[in-house]
Amino acid sequence: MKAYLTRRYVFSASHRLHSDAMSDAENVSTYGKCNNPHGHGHNYTLEVTVSGPVNQKTGMVCNLTDLDEFVHAEILERFDHQNLNTLSEFATIVPSTENLCVLVYDILQRGFRHAHLEKVRFEETMMNSFEYWGQNRVIE
Amino acid sequence: MVYLTRKAEFSASHFYHNPEFTEEENQRIFGKCNNPNGHGHNYTLEVTVKGEINPRSGFVVDLKQLKETMSREVLDALDHRFLNKEVPEFFTLIPTTENLAIAIWQRLSPKLQAARLHRVRVYETSDLFVDFYGEEA
Repeated sequence: MKAYLTRRYVFSASHRLHSDAMSDAENVSTYGKCNNPHGHGHNYTLEVTVSGPVNQKTGMVCNLTDLDEFVHAEILERFDHQNLNTLSEFATIVPSTENLCVLVYDILQRGFRHAHLEKVRFEETMMNSFEYWGQNRVIE
Repeated sequence: MVYLTRKAEFSASHFYHNPEFTEEENQRIFGKCNNPNGHGHNYTLEVTVKGEINPRSGFVVDLKQLKETMSREVLDALDHRFLNKEVPEFFTLIPTTENLAIAIWQRLSPKLQAARLHRVRVYETSDLFVDFYGEEA
C-alpha cells in the first residue's frame, strides 16, 4: 500500500528581490516593495511530502525522526533566521520563494534516502504558496 | 469530473509497538510513541470523493449520505477509542497515521454509492498528515 506523508516546518528569514540583470527602474517595477534595499522578512511554512509503501513492520512510510533530523540539519539550520541574500546559494539567483522551493527540493532529493520525495511546498504568507514536484513531473 | 471533500474530526489514543521487535528496537524506532499506556490526538479526517455532476440534483454526491456513511463506518468506530485495543484492524496492525488512512479507505470505499473515493487524508496534528489514494504500491 502506497501512502503519502506530509510534514510541516516553520522558519523565519529575510530576503530582497533584486536582479543585477535589470536596471534599478526595472527592479522597482518588477519587484515593487520586495525590492526595498534593506530587505524584509517572512515566516515561511515548509511542507515536505514523501511517499512509499507502508513498511509492514513499522506501519510507516518513513520514520518521522529521520525526516525531522534531515530537515533540521540540512534546511532549518541553513536558512532559519538568515538573510537569504547573504547565502552562497543565492549569490547569483534571486531569493524568490520559487527559487527557495526548488533549492530545498534539490537538497532533499540529493540527500534524503529514507523515502521518495514527492513535493516541496512553501507558504510565504497565508495568502500565497509555491509548489515544486521536480522537473520531470507534469501536472495533469 | 468534480471532486468534493468533507471534513470530520475524531479523538483517539494509540501507541506504537511491534512484538517482533525487541524492547530496545521498539524504543529506538518508535520513541515516545512506544509508551504502552498510549497517548492521544485530535485527528482531522478529509474524505475526497469524485464523480460526475448529476444533472437533476446538481450534486456529485448527497452530502448528507456521505456524512452518515463517514459517521457510521469511521467515526462511530474510532472516536474516543483506544485504537490498539478497541479497533479490530489495529489488534495486529500498528495504528500509525499511514495505517489509519488505509483502514479508513477500506472501511469507506465499499460503502460509497454514487461517487468514488479519491483520497483519504488524515491529520494527526496540524503539522503532519498522510494521504492515501488506494494505490497498492
